Amino acid sequence: MSTLPSVRVWESHLYVMRRIWKTDVLLNLLQPVLFILGMGLGVGSLVDRRVESASTLGDVPYLTFLGPGLMATTAMMIGAFEALWPLLGGFKWGGSFEAMAATELTPQQVVRGEVLWWTTRCGISVLGVAVVLLCIPETRSIGIVWAVPVATACGVAFAALTGSWTSTREFDNSFSNISRLVITPLFLFGGAFYPVSSLPDAIEPIAYVTPLWHAVELCRDLSLHRAGWGESLVHVSVLVGFIVVGWIMCQRNFAKRLHR
Amino acid sequence: MIVGENLVKRFGDFEAVRGIDIRIERGESFGFLGPNGAGKSSTMRMIGCVSPVSSGSLRIFGLDPASHGAEIRARIGVVPQLDNLDTELKLIDNLVVYGRYFDIPRKECLRRSEELLDFVQLADRRNDIVETLSGGMKRRLTIARSLINQPELLLLDEPTTGLDPQARHILWDRLYRLKQQGVTLVLTTHYMDEAEQLCDRLVVMDGGRIVAEGAPRQLIVDHSSREVLELRFPAGTNADFESALADIGDRREVLPDRVLIYGHDGDELLRLVHARDLHPESALVRRSTLEDVFLRLTGRSLVE
Ligand SMILES: Nc1ncnc2c1ncn2[C@@H]1O[C@H](COP(=O)(O)OP(=O)(O)OP(=O)(O)O)[C@@H](O)[C@H]1O
Ligand SMILES: [Mg+2]
Repeated sequence: MSTLPSVRVWESHLYVMRRIWKTDVLLNLLQPVLFILGMGLGVGSLVDRRVESASTLGDVPYLTFLGPGLMATTAMMIGAFEALWPLLGGFKWGGSFEAMAATELTPQQVVRGEVLWWTTRCGISVLGVAVVLLCIPETRSIGIVWAVPVATACGVAFAALTGSWTSTREFDNSFSNISRLVITPLFLFGGAFYPVSSLPDAIEPIAYVTPLWHAVELCRDLSLHRAGWGESLVHVSVLVGFIVVGWIMCQRNFAKRLHR
Repeated sequence: MIVGENLVKRFGDFEAVRGIDIRIERGESFGFLGPNGAGKSSTMRMIGCVSPVSSGSLRIFGLDPASHGAEIRARIGVVPQLDNLDTELKLIDNLVVYGRYFDIPRKECLRRSEELLDFVQLADRRNDIVETLSGGMKRRLTIARSLINQPELLLLDEPTTGLDPQARHILWDRLYRLKQQGVTLVLTTHYMDEAEQLCDRLVVMDGGRIVAEGAPRQLIVDHSSREVLELRFPAGTNADFESALADIGDRREVLPDRVLIYGHDGDELLRLVHARDLHPESALVRRSTLEDVFLRLTGRSLVE
């Protein structure tokens, strides 16, 4: 019985995760839970008192509005970070990618295995957030379940895009700038905390070209049972598009890096 | 088994390997010798199918690495110059994970891994994390790992660098056993004794080119004398004695730390030196080694 090459690459991550997964999952849950409590309860109590705010949010309590978007932001963070330091570590001396490249695996198969791994990693974290959301009356909805694959796809898109860049790097000195200049602004302006329509018109369109906004919107629409076919199709296409582009760039860059 | 013709490896416009011809037969043990930057690793990586050939032709098992890389890699074992073990994993898991890359069933991986840990005498460290191993132990684990797919061809890039003398001898013995089982060995080394011990045939590389080729003994016969007299004069004065020694022996090399005089009979050379009223701090007569061949061919000593 032979195993798909990409699955064999994926397995190697499991060996590492096996030792640290419990603390890892818990730590990854911490951030979304803090935001649910801090923003959802704190900001929520202010927002929900104003009648105009409720209509901007789609006539739902702030916590209900906020919850589903946090699935997507969590996936984005996990995906992007997984494709920064851990990925570079695979290329640098002592790196596992170099070891893989010497075996019968091809760079393409290594990338496929990484995509599979990112899916797993983001999926687990998103599931964790989903479980929390299902426990809270304001956010409990069957739509949260449908939002799990959407948020996961968002994480994979960020991992693939980030990974394609990381695989061309020799050093990690610009990595913290990625988090400061890209991830954090997206987190704040990607539509998770308020509708992007409340932003100045000049900034608003930026949100539309990021995978995050599409994922946030779709997750929210699904959990509020207001997802239309047309819009959903657009959101899904954008997410898939980003994954495909990132994936192809990863394949090219991994091949260049591993076989030079 | 390996045939390379006019092999060239370029990085940008720098030529690391400048047109070498190699021919390695099945069951042979073949060495690459040369100073830092000679192009040994670059050549090894081309043979290992992880570095595309810039020009020239290369066939391994009769296959072209450009089109059959994965197929070739499935049949070879690689010990890279720098260990790339998964330092967060246990020794045993390192071997199993690597074996899985070759699609060896997990049970079989485990069986082979136990055997290989035994082979490199690390069985008692089976459940330790790799990070906690000494440098030499990591090296041995890398060697064990390279054997997990029962390769027909083993590529070893400086396999014994960092090993203590005892571990080196054990490794030589292990490699010798593999050779007896029919495994083809290709290795690079800076150690002359290693090359003499292990290699049926070797090439000396310098600046990306092959400067000599042959069996170790034959190279010594061809490029050196039978014996060597090593003299040490007080520090910094070696050069002053150059002219005084000028007509003794077949050939002389003045190195920063010693003067080498080549000839058929070392004791006779020493008598001549003493007859000139020269009194080195120490004098040693020894047989010629590959080190001397290397010095002769490149004008530089091998281990800086
Ligand atoms: N990836 C690379 N990019 C650019 N130059 C490289 C690369 N790899 C090797 N080189 C250059 O090619 C030359 C040969 O290097 P190589 O590693 O093959 O030498 P070597 O004989 O193995 O030396 P050593 O004994 O130090 O291991 C060196 O000048 C090195 O700087
Ligand atoms: Mg080298």
